[in-house]
Amino acid sequence: MFKKIALGAALTIGLAGGAYAAGAEAHVENFDFPFDGPFGTYDTNQLQRGLQIYTEVCSACHGLKFVPIRTLADEGGPHLPEDQVRAYAEQFEVFDPELDDMRPGKPVDHFPHSPLENAPDLSLMAKARAGFHGPYGLGINQLMKGIGGPEYIATLLISYEEAPSCAPEDFPGHYNVAFASGGFPEECKDEDGHHMYPGSWIAMAQPLSGEDVEFADGHSNELHHEAQDVAAFLMWTAEPKLSQRKQAGFVGVVFLTLLSVLLYLTNKRIWAPVKKKYKRKD
Amino acid sequence: MSGIPHDHYEPKTGAEKWLHSRLPVVGLLYDTLMIPTPKNLNWMWIWGIVLVFCLVLQIVTGIVLVMHYTPHVDLAFASVEHIMRDVNGGYMLRYMHANGASLFFVAVYAHIFRGLYYGSYKAPREITWIIGMLIYLLMMATGFMGYVLPWGQMSFWGATVITGLFGAIPFIGEGLQTFLLGGPAVDNATLNRFFSLHYLLPFLIAGLVIVHVWAFHSTGNNNPTGVDVRKGSKEEAEKDTLPFWPYFVIKDLFALAVILVVFFAVVGFMPNYLGHPDNYLEANPLSTPAHIVPEWYFLPFYAILRAFTSEVWVVQIASFVTGGIIDAKFFGVLAMFGAIAVMALVPWLDTSSVRSGRYRPMFKMWFALLVVDFMALMWLGSMPAEEPYASFSLIASAYWFAYFLVILPLLGVIEKPDAQPATIEDDFAAKVAKTGSAKADSASQPAE
Repeated sequence: MFKKIALGAALTIGLAGGAYAAGAEAHVENFDFPFDGPFGTYDTNQLQRGLQIYTEVCSACHGLKFVPIRTLADEGGPHLPEDQVRAYAEQFEVFDPELDDMRPGKPVDHFPHSPLENAPDLSLMAKARAGFHGPYGLGINQLMKGIGGPEYIATLLISYEEAPSCAPEDFPGHYNVAFASGGFPEECKDEDGHHMYPGSWIAMAQPLSGEDVEFADGHSNELHHEAQDVAAFLMWTAEPKLSQRKQAGFVGVVFLTLLSVLLYLTNKRIWAPVKKKYKRKD
Repeated sequence: MSGIPHDHYEPKTGAEKWLHSRLPVVGLLYDTLMIPTPKNLNWMWIWGIVLVFCLVLQIVTGIVLVMHYTPHVDLAFASVEHIMRDVNGGYMLRYMHANGASLFFVAVYAHIFRGLYYGSYKAPREITWIIGMLIYLLMMATGFMGYVLPWGQMSFWGATVITGLFGAIPFIGEGLQTFLLGGPAVDNATLNRFFSLHYLLPFLIAGLVIVHVWAFHSTGNNNPTGVDVRKGSKEEAEKDTLPFWPYFVIKDLFALAVILVVFFAVVGFMPNYLGHPDNYLEANPLSTPAHIVPEWYFLPFYAILRAFTSEVWVVQIASFVTGGIIDAKFFGVLAMFGAIAVMALVPWLDTSSVRSGRYRPMFKMWFALLVVDFMALMWLGSMPAEEPYASFSLIASAYWFAYFLVILPLLGVIEKPDAQPATIEDDFAAKVAKTGSAKADSASQPAE
């Protein structure tokens, strides 16, 4: 009896952990990323393409203030050669308190803050947005698909659509079917106040429309691919140690499993004579 | 210790005698490790070791994290990112510490519900239970303040909401809240005092853990039958018990290793599963998150806090009788602390003379419902404060109080308990015969 309750309890605690409801939930597409799953790692080429999209498009408004530029050279990350990292850093003007003046950036500097005041910093955005909440707010999907931050970003980028005709011309923002927490015109709600259309109006104008950048290796620059590449790059900026972490977790799981087996056998052996006494009775 | 007759440490060599006559520390360790423990303990008795492990894990990882953390509103969030990116192994330290808190609470809830089912709180173990409840309260305080330290959005707004609870206390509330925060609102002073206390409280917990262990070593462990160990003679006692070392230490370590496999899988592959994504946004006093949700381990009590709105008739009566001193907000706070208080008072609310729930047919059902109720409250606590969740929360909260205040006192009178085994040895023998008969010979032979 107690065992069953305990098992059920343990399961529910595990599931309730992901239980963070997000109100009206928009659909998030489950993109396939190379870093998905317990053995997934970043794809260096994809991160470099994502860096290019960030640099040429996103960085006009958004910063990455927690990311040191030197980490662009990290193995398992974009893995740029050192001279390219140095050249990349030099495009930024950095204030140096020692010189009391501006100087060209160095690899030890961080990416700049957001140039636009109301544009959020993107360093951690892939971890600050969860794509999968359901079902019933239990977050069970997260067990299979992960939190879904990069999926959310990629989905958001491809989800700009023509605003429904019910909306007034001058309604502030841009209609996006994947954005749940923006403004919503009264004209597009029914009598009960329910939204008649998915998504809401987001302040950011559509940043990518396809063929925004030219990749040196000729990789596809369709909107779908661009969105996925920049989302992968932002996952790396949010969790640069993902591969190392998974490796440490794997080593921990393997060694502790081995230890469990040894302790199981030890335990069995120690208890065997105690139990034997009672087995002989029948 | 423990009142159960057993061998004590005898110093043999000259050096041992020399030390023992000056400081009997070896004897203390010996008696602690060799304490006679009921043979029939099941797998729900492993959580104590898991909890000790968690406390050590949290203190060790915490002390290292402090070496790289900066408790200042402008620097705290960035210093956590510094730990995640620049400190060698920092990401593992932080993820182990954050998920270690979750493991700590998984273990403590399993431990508490074990005690509630098998009547571990009943005489003569009331003090053990009360100390345990104090440890649980300190754990909640520590966990809450620890969650504030990264200074993310949920840190900041969680701190605002929870300290606001103290502000709901009539007359002294506002002053008390200002005193707790170190100012009129959550700010640098708050972060600093939370940091200081987050470092202090684990050591108070460690002290109380020693008292907790001392208390149940004085009474002896409870066991799944609730039947007392025979204490007439050493021979008799040895039929019911085995020394803690090695029988239970190895058993507990095996269980701990299995649990750590799961723990490392979570830390390695889904370390943010139990956290709130909003806490990766830096605290912003000007932007309130859509839903302020506490950590999962507070959710059941958070649900109780929110359940009592001004529309509930109990709240309206309380407000009317007290002339408005007890408003809905204060009532919620009282209910939340009351929910823990009734649990702490359970030794005196349970009137049944039978200790273990195993021999209480009606109790079993109500207890199962309590576990379901707890889970339901946890889920409801994570849901937005709107219908139908509000009504469900109220029903679930009502059951929580009814279980402790009505059902437990009544059951002792109306319930007809099943027959209990005469001794622990009988129970153990029956268990071995049951599990052993099918595979006994094949399994035990090769080991010899």
